[in-house]
Amino acid sequence: MSLLKVQNLTKEFPLGFFGKERLKAVDDVSFEIERSRIVSLIGESGSGKTTVGKLILKLIRPSSGQILFNGRDITQIKGRELREYYRKVQGVFQDPFSSFNPIYKIDRVLNMVFEEFFPDTPASERRARMEEVIASVGMNPREILGKYPHQLSGGQLQRILIARTLLLNVELLIADEIISMLDASTRVDILNLLGDLRERGMSVIFITHDLSLGYYISDETFIMYRGNIVEMGDTEKVFHNPIHPYTKMLLESVPEIDRKWDLSKRFVPELVSSSNAPCKYYDRCPIRDEKCLVQKPEMVEVEKNHKVLCLKAGD
Amino acid sequence: MIGVAEVVLDVRDLRIYYRTLYGYVKAVDGVSFDIKRGEILGIAGESGCGKSTLGNGLILLKPPMKYMGGEAILDGKNIMTLSSRELRKVRYEKISIIPQYAMDAMNPTKKIKQIIDDLLHEHGESFERKKDLIEERLEIVNLGKKVLNMYPIELSGGMKQRMVMVISTLMNPDVLIADEITSALDVSSQRSVIQMLYEMREKKIMGSLAFITHDLSVLYQIADKVMVLYAGRVAEISPMADIVQEPLHPYTKMLLSSLPKIGVRYSQTKLKGIPGYPPSLLNIGPGCRFRDRCPYAFEKCEQDPPVFDVDGRKVSCWLFERGDAN
Amino acid sequence: MTRKEFVHFFLKNKKVIFAICVYAGLIILALVGPYLSPYKDPLAFVGPGYQPPSKEHWLGTNTFGQDIFTQLVYGLRSSLFVGLLGGTLATVIGLLIGFVAGYKGGWFDEILMMFTNILMVIPTLALLIIIAAYLPYRGVFIESIIIGFTAWPWTARAVRAQTLSLKTREFVDLARITARKPMKIIFGEIMPNMMSYVFMVFILQFGGAILAATGLDFIGLGPTRGISLGIMMQQATLWNAIQLGMWWWAITPGAVITLMVATLYVMNAGLDEVFNPKLREM
Repeated sequence: MSLLKVQNLTKEFPLGFFGKERLKAVDDVSFEIERSRIVSLIGESGSGKTTVGKLILKLIRPSSGQILFNGRDITQIKGRELREYYRKVQGVFQDPFSSFNPIYKIDRVLNMVFEEFFPDTPASERRARMEEVIASVGMNPREILGKYPHQLSGGQLQRILIARTLLLNVELLIADEIISMLDASTRVDILNLLGDLRERGMSVIFITHDLSLGYYISDETFIMYRGNIVEMGDTEKVFHNPIHPYTKMLLESVPEIDRKWDLSKRFVPELVSSSNAPCKYYDRCPIRDEKCLVQKPEMVEVEKNHKVLCLKAGD
Repeated sequence: MIGVAEVVLDVRDLRIYYRTLYGYVKAVDGVSFDIKRGEILGIAGESGCGKSTLGNGLILLKPPMKYMGGEAILDGKNIMTLSSRELRKVRYEKISIIPQYAMDAMNPTKKIKQIIDDLLHEHGESFERKKDLIEERLEIVNLGKKVLNMYPIELSGGMKQRMVMVISTLMNPDVLIADEITSALDVSSQRSVIQMLYEMREKKIMGSLAFITHDLSVLYQIADKVMVLYAGRVAEISPMADIVQEPLHPYTKMLLSSLPKIGVRYSQTKLKGIPGYPPSLLNIGPGCRFRDRCPYAFEKCEQDPPVFDVDGRKVSCWLFERGDAN
Repeated sequence: MTRKEFVHFFLKNKKVIFAICVYAGLIILALVGPYLSPYKDPLAFVGPGYQPPSKEHWLGTNTFGQDIFTQLVYGLRSSLFVGLLGGTLATVIGLLIGFVAGYKGGWFDEILMMFTNILMVIPTLALLIIIAAYLPYRGVFIESIIIGFTAWPWTARAVRAQTLSLKTREFVDLARITARKPMKIIFGEIMPNMMSYVFMVFILQFGGAILAATGLDFIGLGPTRGISLGIMMQQATLWNAIQLGMWWWAITPGAVITLMVATLYVMNAGLDEVFNPKLREM
């Protein structure tokens, strides 16, 4: 039984003046995650990756579909069951400075966990546990505890948030763009920290737009585009044998320090979509044909543990 | 570039501090560099290095920023000491900036056409007179004419960024400063913005460019020369290719080796970041500012390292005192 | 900003210092004045009428021979009380409704806002007049209550708007995934971030309550017994104090009310500067 199983998950938002139009931020998404795995959820803005994270963290409710955690559907749970869920599933967000309430010391974020989940723990034991988890994410507790958020750096704050999850028995961590606001010199250390967590048995859904980060740390990669997963599978297979045109375009557009782009060729970015093709990538797709205008693409397995959402994948 | 191109912007020992309740934050503390005609200079560094202060200070010094000394010579004049009237003439026509968060800098209640017209009016021009030019530029950045009649909110982040690029370069400035213009963009928008900058330089719409960013891999695609800033000072100035092949300053070396790239996996090569974090610039004393994090630090690092010349490259590190790469 | 920074800017701000001094003076006057005055009952007839200020009557007497100074200090007590009780009540109701509507959203929000909007549209003074007219007995306490219950709508709207924006901050999400209950999140995370605003709202409500009470008193719907600054103004007008040249009676209550309310606005302007770094002249 997999740790997390998402089936036909959909989230719609009302648009327009009277809410008549609907935007499918997440459109019929299905995937599974096993224990001790890091999965990258890669996409650009509008891909729906953050929405998927929020749905799993139950910060917003799905329009339809199921989320099964350890076999149990958690889409409708509330109250005490929700609290139990949060013992096992946690999140870290993008902006470390926004994740801490600026008027309180950082200790409060850790204390809150005790207040809600282990209220009978005496103060001395709380302090000991807090020092333990701060040390296990590579920091000196004496330099961290008792400080205000503005006195610490972004990297330190993110580590504190990861340390917070160690106070619980977290089996699944949703890391939503946790590195994008950090300096390049600290990013890798946080990523390595995620690797340590994986060795301890935690699974991580690493939501990012940065492909090189995903490649570095994740076992599996899901590429999202406008609400759909368009390619998914083992990281090495997706990166070294990309099938979907969007994946190929992304890989080519990543700036790398040993590969120069050919800037003399005009590169066409996003276009306002005009057609109503069932495939959302139709307008930008270099390999489209007439059947893409009428038939909805399905997930096709192109090799073991590598699937693509494209009508032409089998060719 | 053929021959020796002339220098359009010459910055010498520039110092810009922030005045606070507790003292001075020495954000830009003795920075010197030059930009030649048609050159793209990358200004790279992490948070707190002073790159944004530098970029914004050259265009618009606002309190709490305070000009403390040094020169920035553009067109024979030190633009740091010009009166606001003289500065207004220089701004936008000779030196222009695409600010960070440019996308949110456009008035949401005005149509794009109106925004451009207002800006041009301040410089004695009008939308009507420049209409053809504007349409031509829009074409270069892949925006149709109909965006002129739209409101900023109708455009996506990437589109707004490209629009702002068009607006900032209408008067063909000699020097354009781009402050983190790709940081908030998607991978594909980022690529098209870089490509547009390249095209603008080729078509001489833009003279020289100072591209401020933390992302060295983006600079690799477009910069001729890179200046790496650390904690308000210059660490290294080198041609782009040299900096990647053979970084001199320890900071640059460690920074480059901490960048993940496709082909490097955690299971094979565990990358390492730079331990610690930059020093606080509030009332900071003398000495190399990287010494607390530097694995090669020795006693001399307690004194301010001057900028040494190594084969035409500049490094501010005592390891290079004898002028060679050791 | 840290507490140290707040205290520093607070104590350095000229407007804030001015306002604190004025109010300290008024409060001392209200507390101590009744003991200083030789007359214990503001409504007692203690001397000849129409007397200008003198050694026996520091602010003179009115038409009936009541001592104006005594009336002033007792009236000040009553006005400060209304400001405090009515202002606090309006602030608390506005905060609660604003927070709940902003945080919960959905049906809660719709219904609360509908209620708020209806109350906002009804002219407050007319509403107060109607309620006051129906009460068999009116005291300062009841007056404060009805003012408090009608003055909150604008506060609720503003608080709701701020709550909506603060709700999207990541520390609220973090509190949610720590299984924190909504009320605890509102008072633990959201409200503390709005304290500067809450401060200023309270000051405005305080001033507003004083003005509303004065208005009611002036048209005769104030407390049925006792004295207040508004009642003093009413009597001065009814008995032609100005035409009779009794400036000590005509001007005093109005001047004091003006001072009280204007000082509150100065305090708010000062607080604005303290909290907003861009407004400070540094």
